[in-house]
Amino acid sequence: MNKEKGFDRPPYITIRDADINGIFQGGLEYNPPARGMWNIVHTGMLVPEAHEIFACAQGCLRGVILTAAEMLALDRLSWISVSEQDMFDGTLEQDITDGVDEILSKLKKRPPVVLLYLSCIHLFAGVDFEAILQTLREHNPGIYFVDCYMTPTMRTTVSPVMKMSAQIYGALNPLPPDKKCVAIVGNDRATDEDSELVRIIRQNGFTLFDIAYCKTFDEYLEMAKSSLNISYIPTGVLAGDELEKRFGIRHLHIPASYDFNTIEYNYSLLCQALGVEKPDLSKDISEASSALDDALSVIGDTPVAVDYTAVTRPFELAALLCKHGFNVKYVIADSAGGESEAFEWLKENVPELMIYSPVNVNMLTFPEKPHESILAIGQKAAHYFSSDNFVNIIVNGGYYGFSGIKKLAVLMKKAYLAPKDRKALLRLKGMGCASCLI
Amino acid sequence: MKNVSRIIPCYAADTSGVCSALYELSGMTVVHDASGCNSTYATHDEPRWEDKRSDIYISALTEMDAIMGNDEKFINDTVSAAKDRKPLFMTVCGSPMPMMTGVDFDAVAEEIEKRSGIRTFAMHTNGTRSYIEGADEAFAAVVREYARPLEKIKNGVDVLGLTPLDFKLGSDVSIKKWLCENGFETVMTLAMGDTLESVKKAAAAEVSLVVSAAGLSAAKYLKNEYDIPYICGVPTGRAFSRKLADALKNGEKIAYPLSQTPDVLVIGESIQALSIASSLTEELGISANAVCTLPCDEEIRNGAFKADCEEDIEALLSELSPETVIADPFYKYILPEDTRLVALPHFAFSGRCFERDLKDIINTDIGELIK
Repeated sequence: MNKEKGFDRPPYITIRDADINGIFQGGLEYNPPARGMWNIVHTGMLVPEAHEIFACAQGCLRGVILTAAEMLALDRLSWISVSEQDMFDGTLEQDITDGVDEILSKLKKRPPVVLLYLSCIHLFAGVDFEAILQTLREHNPGIYFVDCYMTPTMRTTVSPVMKMSAQIYGALNPLPPDKKCVAIVGNDRATDEDSELVRIIRQNGFTLFDIAYCKTFDEYLEMAKSSLNISYIPTGVLAGDELEKRFGIRHLHIPASYDFNTIEYNYSLLCQALGVEKPDLSKDISEASSALDDALSVIGDTPVAVDYTAVTRPFELAALLCKHGFNVKYVIADSAGGESEAFEWLKENVPELMIYSPVNVNMLTFPEKPHESILAIGQKAAHYFSSDNFVNIIVNGGYYGFSGIKKLAVLMKKAYLAPKDRKALLRLKGMGCASCLI
Repeated sequence: MKNVSRIIPCYAADTSGVCSALYELSGMTVVHDASGCNSTYATHDEPRWEDKRSDIYISALTEMDAIMGNDEKFINDTVSAAKDRKPLFMTVCGSPMPMMTGVDFDAVAEEIEKRSGIRTFAMHTNGTRSYIEGADEAFAAVVREYARPLEKIKNGVDVLGLTPLDFKLGSDVSIKKWLCENGFETVMTLAMGDTLESVKKAAAAEVSLVVSAAGLSAAKYLKNEYDIPYICGVPTGRAFSRKLADALKNGEKIAYPLSQTPDVLVIGESIQALSIASSLTEELGISANAVCTLPCDEEIRNGAFKADCEEDIEALLSELSPETVIADPFYKYILPEDTRLVALPHFAFSGRCFERDLKDIINTDIGELIK
């Protein structure tokens, strides 16, 4: 372990010294004020007309209720609190079914679907979730009940975000597949219409489904007609896999990447799965390269920091930018799961690149330390390096492929040229959602 | 059902109360929790988080550590963080999962203290109770630990129970100003705008002013240990503020003039709601009362209504049918049709949602509030 600068657990390490299998030793965690990432409340709200009901302790309820309140959706969320007594008096299941029944009886409009979230303590107590759902279905015919999980303690088994990304399709029922329908699943926002991904799908006459397009519950149900489900962010994999298991719909995972070869390969897989000819992408490749060159001509050797909330593959993006001449000096991430190639390339070619932990306790006062002016890609990078020049995106910003790289390059240039109101932007929860703070 | 809410939020939980109470005292607070407690607290329960740093962390508890009872990791990680952060003291507190596994926080705190050499307190929170209970335990712990016998400061006042969960940022300055204008000297404002050094001087005060129920245990300790009387009340409205100042001088408890058939009901933290209701009666002759929606001592609540869940609050409002309710704007969802709402945002209830409209109610014109 790196013991430099007198820290017992330093918050940074050069990539030269970093081990991809464990970049930082775990420990207590700090929570930086960069709120753009979505949580399970935001994701659940993607299901049109759904009503969310959370059963958990007051401390856990607080965050989810106010998430809904801030996104102006308090009327779509109700709750059942769990006391210490409830945990041990044998009424755990009954409290939930009685509570849900009461809430539904009080709602002005009967929802077509209820997302029922249980928490760590329920799972730890061995609650019979299936029995709860069964009872609720009997009491409330015509309402779909979907089991959802607010279980951060179990995050190393299945992350709540990944599980939620799968559960939002839980109310779908099998429909005869339509060969000309495909869906993108597991995302919290629609994919950029200019991406080659969407272009290939649409130009070949396919109907594209995405939960982000759905305005009504009936539209949502149509998604089950898809004959191919595509996922491209890591937390979307489970959604595709589970739909494949439930309905036999083929799942194609083509991870969002910042490596030109991987992108090309992804499009080969896509076209093969669609049964269409792969288009000539040389213009898209050329435009992505030109956009990077153009951004570089403006940004020059200004240090760049990339964080893991902005893009799902921060080391790949760092490698791409370094290869194009950018001065990437910092990456904020605590793992590099699917990016071993980029990680090793950076180790070899940019060994002084510093990796910072996003949660280490010593990052608390890092923003107040003197920093050189940097261009930040992502909210956490902006916060930690106190930079108002930042690209304000999360989870790739809905961009994909070569057009995604081109658009990111444009955003970098804009961020370099025009500082943003960092504090005002970073405090908004769930980027892209409505907010009462605006 | 008591534990069900169709639409109104719940109040901040006990863990947030601990963190908020200790935020400015240069300690380190660790919530033994997987993830949610810290992000909820930092986002929704702590308006100082963006501008003022404080060593407040979570233990990042995992399923395996919970199942295996791996308290050693929690202890080790806390001791390691203490080496790096060098806090003046430490506090460990629990969330729902440690409640399930029966973590012995007293033993954990003792072990951390032994290994780190830094005074460490155990808080007995579990995420199922209100912030009042958490903050109350935290305030009492630091006062018990750090207050020492000192020569009295003439007209010295300890202000107890002050957190941004109940008071707009800057209210500490307003209270100090009001105390000064009335010939008092502020000894400490536990715990906004103050430091651990002031806590050490707490016993020098001649009287304590308890501005929320979270300050009661600390006040009772100072009364029992140092014979410092305490008065409960928030100086709001000119007439009531004067009455409160007189009570502080005399060391006599305040009687709240409460109506059982009120035209105006004030919903919120008990001492604050009672003070506003009393102020309306004393200054404007309005029949008023309070609905205490949070835990409070019976001696304080004397005559006020109590209701702590959506169903009961809704039923009480329906039964009393007041002309006006002064409450957080989110109570609008359960008001009787003809009742007027005067919005008084409460951070411990609606968090950041109405932060722009938060009011500093210290020694202000009560007529303005009811407009």
